[in-house]
Amino acid sequence: MEGCVATELRLGLPGTDNVRNKKRPLQEADEECGANGKSHAQDETAPPAKAQIVGWPPIRSYRKKNIQAKKNDCEGPGIYIKVGMDGAPYLRKIDLKVYSGYPDLLQALENMFKFTIGKYSEREGYKGSDYAPTYEDKDGDWMLVGDDPWEMFITSCKRLRIMKGSEARGLGCG
Amino acid sequence: VTLKGKPRFSDFNLVPENWGADIHAWLVVFAAKYPFLEELRLKRMAISDESLEFLAVSFPNFKALSLLSCDGFSTNGLAAIATHCKNLTELDIQENGIDDKGGSWLSCFPESFTSLEVLNFANLSSDINFDALERLVGRCKSMRVLKLNRSVSLEQLQRLLVNAPQLAELGTGSFSEELTFRQYVELESALSNCKNMHTLSGLWDAKGIYLPALYPVCTHLTFLNLSYAALRSDELAKLLAHCPRLKRLWVLDTVEDKGLEAVGLNCPLLEELRVFPADPFDEEIIHGVTEAGFVAVSFGCPRLHYVLYFCRQMTNAAVATIVQNCPDFTHFRLCIMNPGQPDYITNEPMDEAFGAVVKTCTKLQRLSVSGRLTDLTFEYIGRYAKNLETLSVAFAGSSDWGMQCVMGGCSKLRKLEIRDCPFGNAALLSGLEKYESMRSLWMSACNVTMNGCRLLAREMPRLNVEVMKEDGSDDSQADKVYVYRSIAGPRRDAPPSVLTL
Repeated sequence: MEGCVATELRLGLPGTDNVRNKKRPLQEADEECGANGKSHAQDETAPPAKAQIVGWPPIRSYRKKNIQAKKNDCEGPGIYIKVGMDGAPYLRKIDLKVYSGYPDLLQALENMFKFTIGKYSEREGYKGSDYAPTYEDKDGDWMLVGDDPWEMFITSCKRLRIMKGSEARGLGCG
Repeated sequence: VTLKGKPRFSDFNLVPENWGADIHAWLVVFAAKYPFLEELRLKRMAISDESLEFLAVSFPNFKALSLLSCDGFSTNGLAAIATHCKNLTELDIQENGIDDKGGSWLSCFPESFTSLEVLNFANLSSDINFDALERLVGRCKSMRVLKLNRSVSLEQLQRLLVNAPQLAELGTGSFSEELTFRQYVELESALSNCKNMHTLSGLWDAKGIYLPALYPVCTHLTFLNLSYAALRSDELAKLLAHCPRLKRLWVLDTVEDKGLEAVGLNCPLLEELRVFPADPFDEEIIHGVTEAGFVAVSFGCPRLHYVLYFCRQMTNAAVATIVQNCPDFTHFRLCIMNPGQPDYITNEPMDEAFGAVVKTCTKLQRLSVSGRLTDLTFEYIGRYAKNLETLSVAFAGSSDWGMQCVMGGCSKLRKLEIRDCPFGNAALLSGLEKYESMRSLWMSACNVTMNGCRLLAREMPRLNVEVMKEDGSDDSQADKVYVYRSIAGPRRDAPPSVLTL
């Protein structure tokens, strides 16, 4: 009886079993979020109510408590944001607080998604590559990473997206 | 005496709190009939402070107490043990649901007390009186196992080690405070004097920069438990370069695949690997280990026979490669954390993965399966896993046939625990002849009904068929079923929510 598949709990990773539209034009992203520019906590393709399954994964209560204790101990909350790249099957998540500045962040992104980004300049953006790192700010606008001072950037950045291809090359000009 | 009480799934909050397995009645009988009791080891039992006090005063020659995954007691009970057990050699408190009321219990060991050989209080979080601990360790010259809690600092650790170089097993306290250069050198020196040390654990919040202090100890280590230290791959790699003799390694998945590659490269004698998830409940943070890390270990560690591996993706091909490299698995516990997840490359069920495991690993005694699995997995298990004793199944299978294959084929099966599978009464009853030769059966959130359980209970009077009902569930559904053999009939300490049919 394969019927159990229908009732199976699906907490799938984005990209597994969920057919997903991988191209996300900037406007769509804008509309997904509330008028005040705040992103929803959930991935758009996940089921609306994420069920926490009792006793799963099977980790002893003692270990769970330790994980909680560790999280509470960390000095101040991190600034966790989602990072997506055009064409990648799932998003990643990073803590902006661990990076010392733009070079550090961009290096980490290059490692994470296995690509190389061009050199940044105020006039020409990320010239010389097919990729451009963009972010959604508090107002819901999609901006090029690097224009703002770092400290300002990390407080206003809501999510990151690495654009690819002709769209990317078009940014930063003029 | 070693006693194990509750079903294993009580570790994951699936068993009602007051289910039973209380030690007290046993202690009363022992005290009356056999006051010479020296050692008591309890796993998943309920034990109160009153029971601990009773134990402490009723057995004059009592030597060793080990509590693992127990609950119902507080540090007051430990105080009673420390106060009264004059011949105590072992106090081992591990992973319990303990009510930690403070660290004063440790100060209850009398100044004249010198017999302690094993002291493990890593489970507790409160500060203890360090001076009392230092004096205790100083006068217990036979101490070979010392596992501290997080409240003990690096500097305090150094002071303890200076007086206890004979230690064979050490659990450090917190491994993260700022040390001066001189303090670091003293710590390293104290550690290098511990020539007998073969087991190291603790290392809470370990900071990479202090790990080199451990290098002198690492050469002799056979068991390294890093499951409370969120190390990165490079930090683990550097450490493992100094651990050539390692046989058992426990880590967090913060070390990622790269860290596991280092395991494969540096630890050719490895027999056991456990990889725990640092963030098991946050599905959006996709870090951790994948099939690549496991495969890398298998290439470098042909003696691997025990694995516990939590991951978020796996493939059939990877598992086939792993067991080809390591055919001697006795314990294979794979947890793909997303329930019912298929092979992430082919999108097929993980049937062939576990098929490969049972076909290749003829010595397999314990198996935990996960991922998307059809009845085919269980056909394979029933056909090939002839030495299998323990099987854990969750969110798997297609029909009763799956469980029937296991019940029919696994002649040595002793413990079967199943949750959230489409196995119903036909499956349950197919094991009728088998349950008396098994330790226990657990089935929860399956398709078993009260009628099915009643039938089982009626046909097999020497089995206790216990049903635990959930609030608000259908009257006819048997939400949680626990079946075990007994010549004593139904137990009398079951709470109202547990029905023995």
